[in-house]
Amino acid sequence: MVVLGLALLRRRRPAAEDANSEERLTTAVSAAVAATVVIIAGLTIASFYTTRSIGVPKSAALTITVRGQQWWWQVFYAGSGATSGFQTANEIHIPVRTDVQIRLEGADVIHSFWVPSLAGKQDLIPGRSSSLLLRAEKPGVYRGQCAEFCGLQHSHMAILVIAEAPADYERWAASQREDAMVPADMDAAAGQVAFLAKPCAACHTVRGTAANGTSGPDLTHISARQTIGAGLLETTRGSLAAWIADPQTLKPGNNMPMVPLTSVELQNISAYMESLK
Amino acid sequence: MSNGISGTPPESYFALGKPYEADAYNLSQGKRLYAWFGCGICHGDGRGGIGPSFLDGWWLYGPEMVSIVASIRDGRPHGMPAFRDRMTIEQIWQLAGYVQTIGSYTPKVVAPSRNDEKQSRPAENRGPAIILFDVGPAAVHPDQGPSP
Repeated sequence: MVVLGLALLRRRRPAAEDANSEERLTTAVSAAVAATVVIIAGLTIASFYTTRSIGVPKSAALTITVRGQQWWWQVFYAGSGATSGFQTANEIHIPVRTDVQIRLEGADVIHSFWVPSLAGKQDLIPGRSSSLLLRAEKPGVYRGQCAEFCGLQHSHMAILVIAEAPADYERWAASQREDAMVPADMDAAAGQVAFLAKPCAACHTVRGTAANGTSGPDLTHISARQTIGAGLLETTRGSLAAWIADPQTLKPGNNMPMVPLTSVELQNISAYMESLK
Repeated sequence: MSNGISGTPPESYFALGKPYEADAYNLSQGKRLYAWFGCGICHGDGRGGIGPSFLDGWWLYGPEMVSIVASIRDGRPHGMPAFRDRMTIEQIWQLAGYVQTIGSYTPKVVAPSRNDEKQSRPAENRGPAIILFDVGPAAVHPDQGPSP
């Protein structure tokens, strides 16, 4: 606008210097074109290198796969060499001051992984995988949340990121790799029998038993997790029993059906769940 | 819904407008159960494989919901396992509604959710059975046996 105004106000030059000014104009235009090319190419290259440096590095110390489901987070820790991988849900443990690559996948609809204190949002899109780099400087519990509306229970889809000292992390990972504990007391043992006989085992896995369903969360170490139902309730024997007794009232629309159980079976199964540390 | 003993749906099922056959939510749940419980391993996308097809015009035990529920719940000879201990009766009804929709000869107004994968046959609510039905050379169906 300013240039346009100046051009309007500017007095017309006398036409005498035509030949000379033509040459000068050609030089000016070519110089401007050359300068534009150099500047744009420079910015493009700078933007390319900046994008690459803030992107996820190819070789992060630890890679965790997070799969968004309606309405919980399925978490896979890959095994390496001699150590086997394991699966958990709604809770990620990471060592502090380490770059952790989170691979994100969507199972049904678009979800978004968001742990505000650690990183920005990143969508989980069905059929595609994306990545995000997490790095926690201080140990602690960082709460995350699904940040893309994904259905009825979108608000009940929390994830906890627990950053701990590398030694603590290793201890946790070692205990997660173990098979489920053999129930010690009678209630829990009866609970295991009921768990395997009822439809529970068709959807849930408890490693070390015949239960190997995959459509629900892995329950091998459910009691070691802080919450159940993706941040819905604290993990206690009471809340486990409440959840098993009527999941559709606690979290309407979720995919866990109300399995008809007698009160004794319910008591035993919740004791068994509580024993799965 | 109904208990695990009898196969007849309660009166409320009809009063509610047969929700497991005519309700998009239940059909969608049925479609997820079809994938989750591995029905496709034997029945494919409805055209069969190891197990019988739902689209070839033959319902070995009839196309009624009650008999489909009974087939899923109690299993059938020649390899159909019983899902009594693996699903709740509610889920069995949802799955049965979906199976009936795939093999339906009249396109339904309600539709389950779309496929995430590539379509391998016409969508469920378009009545794939009537589209894919091929009279072909009149052969005796292997399960039909000699005519009486």
